[in-house]
Amino acid sequence: MSRNVSLAKSIDWPTIVIYLLLVLMGWISVYGASYDFDHPSIFDFSQRAGKQLLWIACSFLLGASLLMIDSRIYDVFAYFIFAGAVFLLIITIFLAPDIKGSRSWLVFGPVSIQPAELGKFATGLALAKYMSQYNYKLKGFKNYLPVLFIILFPMLLVLLQKETGSALVFLAFFLMLYREGMPGVLLYLALCCIVLFIVIVRFGDVFLQGANIGSLGFLVSQIFILITELGFILVFEKNTKPVLLFLKAYGIIAVIAIGLNFFIKVDYTYFGYFAIAASIIYLFWISIRQRRKNYTFVAIFMIFSIAYCFSADYIFDNVLEPHQETRIKVVLAMEDDPTGAGYNVNQSKIAIGSGQFLGKGFLNGTQTKLKYVPEQDTDFIFCTVGEEHGFWGSVLVLGLYVGLMLRLLFIAERQREPFGRIYGYCVTSVLFFHFAINIGMVLGLAPVIGIPLPFFSYGGSSLWGFTIMLFIMLRLDVGRLEQMH
Amino acid sequence: MVNDDLQGRKTVIGGMIIFVFVIFVFQLINLQILNTSYKENADSNAFLKRIQYPARGLIYDRTGKLLVYNKPAYDVMVVIKEVEPFDTADFCNTVNIDKNLFVRLIKKIKADKGYSPYTPQLLLSQLSVEEFAVLQEKLFKFPGFYIQNRTLREYTYPCAAHALGSIGEVSQNDIDKDNYYTQGDYAGKSGVEKFYENDLRGDKGVEILLRDARGRIKGKYEKGALDKSPVSGKNLTLSLDIDLQMYGEQLMKGKIGSVVAIEPSTGEILALVSSPTYSPSDLVGRQRSKNFTRLNTDPYKPLLDRPLMARYPPGSTFKVVNSLIFQQEGIITPETKFPCHCGFSAGHLHVGCHCHASPLDMRESLQHSCNAYYCQGLRNMLDNDKYGTTEKAFNVWKKDIVSFGFGYKLGVDFPNENRGYIPNADVYNKIYGHGGWHALTIISIAIGQGEVISTPMQTANLAAIMANRGYYYPPHIVKNIKGAKLDPKFTQKKFTAVDPKYFEATVDGMEMAVLGGTATIAKIDSIRVCGKTGTAQNPHGKDHSIFMAFAPRDKPRIAIAVFVENAGFGATWAGPIASLMMERYLKGHISPNRKYLEDRMSNTNLMPFVTKR
Ligand SMILES: [Zn+2]
Repeated sequence: MSRNVSLAKSIDWPTIVIYLLLVLMGWISVYGASYDFDHPSIFDFSQRAGKQLLWIACSFLLGASLLMIDSRIYDVFAYFIFAGAVFLLIITIFLAPDIKGSRSWLVFGPVSIQPAELGKFATGLALAKYMSQYNYKLKGFKNYLPVLFIILFPMLLVLLQKETGSALVFLAFFLMLYREGMPGVLLYLALCCIVLFIVIVRFGDVFLQGANIGSLGFLVSQIFILITELGFILVFEKNTKPVLLFLKAYGIIAVIAIGLNFFIKVDYTYFGYFAIAASIIYLFWISIRQRRKNYTFVAIFMIFSIAYCFSADYIFDNVLEPHQETRIKVVLAMEDDPTGAGYNVNQSKIAIGSGQFLGKGFLNGTQTKLKYVPEQDTDFIFCTVGEEHGFWGSVLVLGLYVGLMLRLLFIAERQREPFGRIYGYCVTSVLFFHFAINIGMVLGLAPVIGIPLPFFSYGGSSLWGFTIMLFIMLRLDVGRLEQMH
Repeated sequence: MVNDDLQGRKTVIGGMIIFVFVIFVFQLINLQILNTSYKENADSNAFLKRIQYPARGLIYDRTGKLLVYNKPAYDVMVVIKEVEPFDTADFCNTVNIDKNLFVRLIKKIKADKGYSPYTPQLLLSQLSVEEFAVLQEKLFKFPGFYIQNRTLREYTYPCAAHALGSIGEVSQNDIDKDNYYTQGDYAGKSGVEKFYENDLRGDKGVEILLRDARGRIKGKYEKGALDKSPVSGKNLTLSLDIDLQMYGEQLMKGKIGSVVAIEPSTGEILALVSSPTYSPSDLVGRQRSKNFTRLNTDPYKPLLDRPLMARYPPGSTFKVVNSLIFQQEGIITPETKFPCHCGFSAGHLHVGCHCHASPLDMRESLQHSCNAYYCQGLRNMLDNDKYGTTEKAFNVWKKDIVSFGFGYKLGVDFPNENRGYIPNADVYNKIYGHGGWHALTIISIAIGQGEVISTPMQTANLAAIMANRGYYYPPHIVKNIKGAKLDPKFTQKKFTAVDPKYFEATVDGMEMAVLGGTATIAKIDSIRVCGKTGTAQNPHGKDHSIFMAFAPRDKPRIAIAVFVENAGFGATWAGPIASLMMERYLKGHISPNRKYLEDRMSNTNLMPFVTKR
């Protein structure tokens, strides 16, 4: 009994409140999105809103039970939970029926669950367990290898279920690794890959007429590489002298390029390649002379970047499947395809855009209600918010998510044990990935990757998965205080 | 704390979260606040706005007889986006078109400037009731196709086609100019239908239906609270007397020309005949375009609205105006006599006249239509020192003439009125140079020849001015719009520049012409008719016969102008027709002793005389 009193006192109520708000608003949105003119009751259990209410009730039970369990159990059983999840993922590959090309659902009579949703918190627990070992440091190949295995193995299993979206979510754990000591430059390099890819794919075939620029995409990429080079030098060497020298040299090359083009047409990208080649040679030279490895690293970065630019075109055209290619093209506004791949995003933007500032009012959304938006109660659930509650409602919901994630960061940071902190960052990272990709997709900023909006989207598995994930964290947070006494 | 050197990274991660949030908010601002096209897009997506067409206003004649009404017709509309594969052959059979035509129609729709795959486009117009009934039953087999109810015009009498006008499909230009219209709508194209389009068309209603992504109707938006019922067009009562109109068309059968009859006390048009004519129902429905082409290529130009658009020299009817102006300007009094020796001679110039007693006073000059009298009168006016120069004198004459409604549009309620033509001094200055011309140079305008041009409407209006002794109301054909007011300009008297006191003497002359002058054929028992014959010279062939008149002399009830092309002297054809029309209108029947005249007019075909142009 005394335990319960302390639970009520020590549990993190702001998180609970945000969680309840999100689940409630999600339920209302599911009702709005799946509104059936023939079955208008929100409590009709044959309809989606009614079913979602059942899932929500189960989640509450689940959350409450998790809070009752001793927090040390997670530390002790982390690997067992992980192994259980991996086992489920493996049997899913073989047992799951083919639903729209994906084999990710385990069917138990009337209930189906998606083990991938459970794999996320299990992976988080395993990572927390492994990385919180005494004296563990995220350094060296030996220490990285098990971590990479814990992340990539379940990811691979989900990929085998043909659930690309859910598989990509596992990449979110790298954000946690960054917090735990993975060099930031790796994150930056990943960002460089994305930026260069977008620039090359989007502008690679753009040739400005008259300006004699050559490929706009390559020119922009060159400038990006040069700026990154200078940034690296500044960060690693904390020395402005070589940076100023490089800037002067680039300025001169630019002036010559522009001046020369008054007389004869010379492709600007040639000057870009020249600048990069000269920089690489110079970097190697000062690296040897001053015996500073960092310059070599920067030079190698530049070599790989240029090579990457050349291969990005190839990757896009030959490695990606046509439908993936189209999804990316639609996001980059290279293709306007309102009936095909762009249909979802276009309808989603129309639904949200038509909400305007105040929204059309609860149940007055026409786009979502009339099934213009596909997956309107699962992946595209945010459309209903945008259409019916407008700008203010959308910002409110986004604000709640940001509030939840920042609160979780705060909770993670206040953990005394690395286990709690690492697990907290796992939860935050996964939430952040879902949030960024799902909302980005609905707003037409990210490619269509089918992952649900946490707590909002219709479906038991997703809701339970996130509830378990969140309440384990809350329980760990309570446990932190217990150990203090 | 553990690994303190990594503490800063929580800020980086927090920053990333906030950064993504800010980007999302910007995109929301972009989508929801800055860009309004999404709203419109959503509406056209989800709302099926089913237009409900109002019944077009009915048209009655002045005695309350129904002239124009509506009958239902059915258009086939197609929403291209919603069309799913269907049995094309079955569809074509049902609506009685062949498959090639169907393919052509779809192509034409897609090529249209205002084409949208989301909105209903007109595929076929005006199905028959039978075709409609069959298609209606099969419609479920043809997703994306709809039937749109509309109304067609139907006519009680096969006459007054030019006056009533017709309706036709709106052009892209109409749509751009007036957002009331959408592709496939109908609007007045000529006559009353066009001029009173805004009164006749009414207000469209709209039924807002919710439509899901697969095109299925999901009920009424807001339970129909925002629906609008159509408001029927306003009914018009014309001033036209349909019996008189029919009689006029009967008399003009086989002739080219016009009859315009006006009620002088109101300016209301009683009859408006343009000959040759056609039945108004020829230009209705699916046969419209076929008939239109036929009429349009007919060498007799039946589509030309002659009373308003044909341009003739006014001929001797102009002498009436000149007699008034000369009196007003103090050039003559009714007692002034001028000699005529079978014409007017000055130097080398000779204007012929038929030989009659000489000299004549003004009344007699009208009675006998003496050319010399008016040549002399105009010469005396233009050469008069009191004006300073011929130019100034001429411009005074022009100003006076124009006040009778010549040279400019009268402002009738028709869309295609011609203004005629009255030159001013500058025109002659351009031809002959300053001071290079004088009265004799332009003497033919004294007798309504030369540069002056009038329309039958303007001549009929002159007859009305004579009947009113000095003023007119702009002629108009609509007497009453139900639920709206007539343009106030139609009830405002317009006075001429000539003092009413001068009119009685000229009217004397017009009555004398009928009693014992050039127009005795127009005499009607027990009614005092005042008239004036005219002959318009026709450089292309036989002269045009003109007659204008009003009756009775006191409290006149009808003023009329009749033009018969290529019919020679005014008294031969135009005079009897005008006279019969007046008798019919005033007495309700033709006296037995004039039946022969009626028969001759009705049964004479003057068409072979027409020179094809
Ligand atoms: Zn004479």
